[in-house]
Amino acid sequence: MSGPRPTRRIVARTLVYLSLAVATVVVLLPLGVVFLTSLKSSKEMADDSGALTLPGNLLNFHNYVTAFQDGRMLSAFGNTAFILVFAIGGTVVIGSMTAYAIDRFTFRFRKLVVALFLVAALVPGVTTQVATFQIVNSLGLFDTRWAPIVLYMGTDIVSIYIFLQFVRSIPVSLDESARLDGAGAFTIYWRIIFPLLKPAIATVVIVKGITVYNDFYIPFLYMPSQDLGVISTSLFRFRGPFGAHWETISAGAVLVILPTLVVFLFLQRFIYNGFTRGATR
Amino acid sequence: MTDTTAKTAVTPAVPAAAPTPAPAPRRARVWRGLTPWLFLVVPLALLITFTYAPIANMVAYSFTDWDGVSPQLHYTGGHNYAELFTRSDLFEVFFVSGYYLAASAVQIVVALYFATILSFDVRFRTFFKGVLFFPYLINGVAIGFVFLYFFQDGGTLDSVLALFGYHSSHAWLGTPFSANVSLAGVSVWRYLGLNFVLFLGAIQSIPGELYEAAELDGANRRQQFRHIIAPGIRPVLTLTVILSVSGSLSAFEIPYIMTGGATGTETFVIQTVKLAFQFNKTGLASAAAVVLLLIILAVTWVQRRLVPDDKVDLV
Repeated sequence: MSGPRPTRRIVARTLVYLSLAVATVVVLLPLGVVFLTSLKSSKEMADDSGALTLPGNLLNFHNYVTAFQDGRMLSAFGNTAFILVFAIGGTVVIGSMTAYAIDRFTFRFRKLVVALFLVAALVPGVTTQVATFQIVNSLGLFDTRWAPIVLYMGTDIVSIYIFLQFVRSIPVSLDESARLDGAGAFTIYWRIIFPLLKPAIATVVIVKGITVYNDFYIPFLYMPSQDLGVISTSLFRFRGPFGAHWETISAGAVLVILPTLVVFLFLQRFIYNGFTRGATR
Repeated sequence: MTDTTAKTAVTPAVPAAAPTPAPAPRRARVWRGLTPWLFLVVPLALLITFTYAPIANMVAYSFTDWDGVSPQLHYTGGHNYAELFTRSDLFEVFFVSGYYLAASAVQIVVALYFATILSFDVRFRTFFKGVLFFPYLINGVAIGFVFLYFFQDGGTLDSVLALFGYHSSHAWLGTPFSANVSLAGVSVWRYLGLNFVLFLGAIQSIPGELYEAAELDGANRRQQFRHIIAPGIRPVLTLTVILSVSGSLSAFEIPYIMTGGATGTETFVIQTVKLAFQFNKTGLASAAAVVLLLIILAVTWVQRRLVPDDKVDLV
């Protein structure tokens, strides 16, 4: 190796790291500034020192208390948890049952059923919301926590795909030997297929959990009551009462982001895989 | 809740379905035919109630003047559709999608760049991966607030520019052009991570020997990208393009949270939500939704024709 090659390589390497550094700043700066702002007092906010100055007291959690109490974040986390448990539980049961039935049985109209699920995957939920609203309303679910639960359960095609791929990879001989031992279809599903689906269940729980936790549109439309705020809608309501109090709004935003960050740091690998699998089906 | 009925209903089938060798009695045959449907009854009921019934109703509403509440509705033929295509203020929202469409082009290129360099050996790879992906997981309302503060007068952006000696008094969300560019930029910030991870997964599923062989043959990074990576990620790339187009057309959260659709940032979905739930024009809103649905289905259809995706066979 002689001449310009090593230098060129060094330049290329530097540019690569430079671009990564720029990207890191672009991602972390807005978040970091909001975190700093959440630690400032309202006096510091008023003195016009700019967004990048450090707060006087780095342990000033006053705004978090305000945001948590006045922003009703406790009931928001409670409502979100309630919806999460039922929506995810339902999605897992429904998705795995559908996948089992489609993959392990041959029956009339099977192709039609498959096509119904396939075509539904192409219809974006936002487009049909006006008409879905009328149906939810006529079922008496409007402004209850069941509205988002049934909607998350009933329209999750992606998890059905994920389960289907896993059910396919389970050898049929397992079903057959169980059948020889006298097990019926339900016993096979519950005792053999379901336990073997653990990796798929983990994927669905993670992907679905993050989607439900972050969803704004459905709770915003279907649960307008103050008491029924989930974390998205409760945070959205900060706009009114806290108007220009950016220190409180920032604290609220950080409160909402923090759980996601913790989950992400612990489950990183699974989360990447989950989203890759979810999106590419 | 609902699924327990299915479970209890299946259990009696167990003794009947078990003895297969003997010529199956009629009852057992009926049960065996019914079994898959017992598993499917709840999923299908939900699918039809919350996907197909709304589509059918929506098409029906779109030909009426219904306000969403009153018991009376009149058939108005194609009037809603005519209004949609002739009233320019209703049509303008499609131009706003243009900003998001342009943004997704930028997003795909940048995501592809980072996926490529991070699939090779780079220091702190896990850290950079995490940093690029994390925004995708953040709550949309929180992102909205983070960036409202970012674009504020004297907020993050102005403070950073001041560091470089540029003191702007520009209201970033003040004019339609700069507001839409800012909002589209936020959506790049938010969604880049998903594209990035999809590309990364696709690149890493390309067998490593291919690169080694290419390197032995003296191919440089650019040639490796063109001849190995690009063909390897084609299916994911087309999927991403589809997701971007339908995502750009149905942009809602970020503009709604940040500007509420003010200063010319109203998108199609914001308009539909306002028509339906604020102005009680359910008929007109349904027509708008039908148009959006048709556009998205058309885009998907074109993509399927261009790149026949053999992986999506369920049967």
